[in-house]
Amino acid sequence: MNRKELLKVENLKQYFPIKGGIFGRTINHVKAVDDVTFTVYEGETVSIVGESGCGKSTTGRAILRLDEPTDGKVEFNGEDIVSLSKSKLRRTRKDMQIIFQDPYASLNPRQTVRQILNEAMEIQNVVPRSERNDRIAELMETVGLKPFQADRFPHEFSGGQRQRIGIARALSVDPKLIICDEAVSALDVSIQAQVLNLLKKFQREFNLTYLFISHDLGVVRHISDRIIVMYLGKIVEIGDKDSIFKNPQHPYTKALLSAIPVPDPDIKKNRIILKGDVPSPIDPPEGCRFHTRCPFVVDKCRSVSPELETRNHMKKGHQAACHFIEEIHSGEHEATRDLRNVRQES
Amino acid sequence: MSDPAVQAAVTTNASLNPRVKARKDLIKRFKKNKAALISFYVILFLIVVSIIVHVFQLFGITITPHSPSAVNLPDRFQGPSAEYWFGADHMGRDIFSRILHGMILTLGIGFVSVFMGALVGVPLGIISGYYGGKVDAVIMRIIDVLLAFPGILLALAIVSILGGSLVNVTIAVAVYSVPGFARIVRGSTLATKKLEYIDAIRALGAKDGRIIFKHILPNVMSPIIVNATLYIATAVLTAAGLSFLGLGAQPPTPEWGAMLNDGRGFMRDAGHITLFPGLAILVVVLAFNIFGDGLRDALDPKMKN
Repeated sequence: MNRKELLKVENLKQYFPIKGGIFGRTINHVKAVDDVTFTVYEGETVSIVGESGCGKSTTGRAILRLDEPTDGKVEFNGEDIVSLSKSKLRRTRKDMQIIFQDPYASLNPRQTVRQILNEAMEIQNVVPRSERNDRIAELMETVGLKPFQADRFPHEFSGGQRQRIGIARALSVDPKLIICDEAVSALDVSIQAQVLNLLKKFQREFNLTYLFISHDLGVVRHISDRIIVMYLGKIVEIGDKDSIFKNPQHPYTKALLSAIPVPDPDIKKNRIILKGDVPSPIDPPEGCRFHTRCPFVVDKCRSVSPELETRNHMKKGHQAACHFIEEIHSGEHEATRDLRNVRQES
Repeated sequence: MSDPAVQAAVTTNASLNPRVKARKDLIKRFKKNKAALISFYVILFLIVVSIIVHVFQLFGITITPHSPSAVNLPDRFQGPSAEYWFGADHMGRDIFSRILHGMILTLGIGFVSVFMGALVGVPLGIISGYYGGKVDAVIMRIIDVLLAFPGILLALAIVSILGGSLVNVTIAVAVYSVPGFARIVRGSTLATKKLEYIDAIRALGAKDGRIIFKHILPNVMSPIIVNATLYIATAVLTAAGLSFLGLGAQPPTPEWGAMLNDGRGFMRDAGHITLFPGLAILVVVLAFNIFGDGLRDALDPKMKN
């Protein structure tokens, strides 16, 4: 595989100010994304998973500068997106597109599909005016819609069809990277599969790179090459699909994966039930962010924040942020908290 | 699916353009509200009459029973009769004719001042809501200052600075309606800005101008229209009030507020001099208020329940 770096995110931080008082002073911050670093190579699919509020969507939006990141670097094709001027950013946006979660909200109800696609091409000036109608017909067919449906309005389509329109809009400007922000979460399962396969097909045909943001581990397993696991604004584990699913290292990843339903009633699952809620990102715990819920917590976790690193028993490119990966792996370090409920599910 | 007949059938069968459909639904809902419908016809009638009277007057033809400024001293203070439908005032001028001639002034001030207010208030509101931050803070504080004054007092202050005339009254009422527009539009813009399709269009690299004019403005149109209709009523009232105080139309202009002032001294003996201009103001203000309310209910059926 061609390992050209397409997107490099370095120390990305996204803090949202909380204003208060009479003068609207900033009294605190929601640390939605706190120091996130990763690289996406050309032609691959990288997924970001994590529970609600862990900052995965915020990461996607910050990369596109839909929200201005607080700090950090986003290098796309060797260019730092964060420091680009407004007009340069507009041009760069041709190469990075986004597909949204809600196919009902992401299309302007007042525009026909033709107007939506036409506007996209007009903004980036990708296709000469005279050829746009042909291109629209082509795009419609590419995503599995009929060209004559182009003059209909979004409300005349089903959810899956609308999501295809969203995909057609993203494709219309020939992007290199598409950020899929929960792109299939709002669709029912059979439609999810259709849309995912469509996305995979386009990846092969147009050499696309996906940053796939999802909470659905089944979907992630189906589509990803590499996976990033986020917890409370930080990356806790990163690695290729097989490493993450077959050999998870971080206690959080293990708990997350243990929640995947298994389609076999006879299998007894060891579900790791995490007690409590995710702490507030306004005032995240010191040290390891997961220490408030981690079964293996010791004093060190409460004060020292672990870095992402690869240990001896892990594959190259597989990193986890935990002080005791090796010890937990070898069984030396035992659970300090009794959170490991064995539930028999049948 | 390439069969043209099938295609035609499918295409024509497709439901209406949502804009056309929305408009049809709107009219249907509006028609259910009888009071609002009547108000609408009253407004329409008044506008047509005032324009006809005014246009004929421009060509020197008086189509009202009397000329609005024809003084007929022997007939002064005469009550309503076949000759003077609404009676005659303290100079013997026909009140009915004066009301008809004054209508264009009243409606004109109402429409023009609200239009001018919207012209300033809507962009302020959109800029404030769309850009947020410091721009928003500065604009909204200025708006707060304007809102802190009671409307009539603000208009009074402006007229006393600019001098009393109909044009200045219009400007004063326009200034007075700016904050209302700015606030309402800001709120709608904030709500619209958060919609996902605005993000999508931003991610495509659209310029702010395109986003504002093509995607935000159409969404904030209905509150603007409702607000404008309701503000016309207030504008008419404020303008009449200023003229009543002698700051607006100068005699012998047949402005309704000024006419009220004319009759003020003779209310006990010749109440009709104040009664009819007062009723005229009442009808116009009430019609616009009821029409505006009906329009709001029709535009936003969710709000009613």
